[in-house]
Amino acid sequence: MTEQFQSNIPIYLQLVNKFKYRIVSGELEAGSKIDSVRDLAIKYEVNPNTMQRALAELEREGLVYSERTAGRYITKNKELIVKMRETIANEIIDQFIKRMESLGYSKEEAKKLFIEKIEKGAIK
Amino acid sequence: MSNLVEIRDLTKRYRNKAVLSNINLTLKSGHIVGLLGPNGSGKTTLIKILTGALRDFEGRVTINGEKIGPSTKALVSYLPDKSYFASWMRPIDVIKLFKDFYNDFDEEKCIDMLNRLELDEKVKIKTMSKGMIEKLQLCLVMSRNAMLYVLDEPIGGVDPAARDFILDTILTNYNENATIFMSTHLISDVERIFDTVLFLKEGEVVLHGDIDDIRAREDKSIDQLFREVFKC
Repeated sequence: MTEQFQSNIPIYLQLVNKFKYRIVSGELEAGSKIDSVRDLAIKYEVNPNTMQRALAELEREGLVYSERTAGRYITKNKELIVKMRETIANEIIDQFIKRMESLGYSKEEAKKLFIEKIEKGAIK
Repeated sequence: MSNLVEIRDLTKRYRNKAVLSNINLTLKSGHIVGLLGPNGSGKTTLIKILTGALRDFEGRVTINGEKIGPSTKALVSYLPDKSYFASWMRPIDVIKLFKDFYNDFDEEKCIDMLNRLELDEKVKIKTMSKGMIEKLQLCLVMSRNAMLYVLDEPIGGVDPAARDFILDTILTNYNENATIFMSTHLISDVERIFDTVLFLKEGEVVLHGDIDDIRAREDKSIDQLFREVFKC
């Protein structure tokens, strides 16, 4: 299988997150056309209705828009993409802080370790 | 969208034992529905009623507004849980048989699918492995242009790689105006392709709904939920 899903979380929400990552990382370019629901469903090996629901959610959030007959496109609104990128980055940082706290580190210790790691460039 | 399948007050007894009791169910077009339940819960009985193989039941069952009969059989493409090919047959013989039997059978599509699976059309079915026979049957069934595909345990006897292929085949080959109604025990392998699930317990529908809504509500996978509902 090409894509992994967690089976206890609605798949459409997981698809929404996968698309968000691909949009903010630039893998899916602003203003570019996206594949049809059917092709995407086959690519991600999910039900077409589930894919439809994920795209509808992305549309609701403004990250994707549809042109009546021509299909769906990634938003051209770069500001929105930047904002979404920040939101996701904040979520990752929150998770980091929470997990470090659950390991018993104080905020100061966590910060120190984090800065050390970044400066050493230990992560590839 | 219109109702493709309507089941009202369906009860089926074998002698005095009710195998299905008072089932009410509506299925719309354009869905992939998972029919889940433990052994003996009535899955195959329900499937046989939908496909017209069992006629003596109480209640009202319609497909596309018509009562179950010869006209609905033409709308339903059925994959039974057992192979029914004669041992002398080769895939080309079965293809001929399907062509004669079903107006909506797309021979070209079927041969194309067999080729992609690298199934030889001229080898005797008798010499095929269980997995190969299951793949052949699925190719035949999915090559019909039906309104309702009823698949009874389509992935039961195949290895995980072939399972992925079969799921892919189902997703690629069904048209969006049709509905697929599929029973299985291997829930975790297939739950990603369903949009609707139906739990059958001792002949009654105990759960029926949108699969992502159920995941969100229960915070569980369908596989986990199944294990809880049907705990032995």
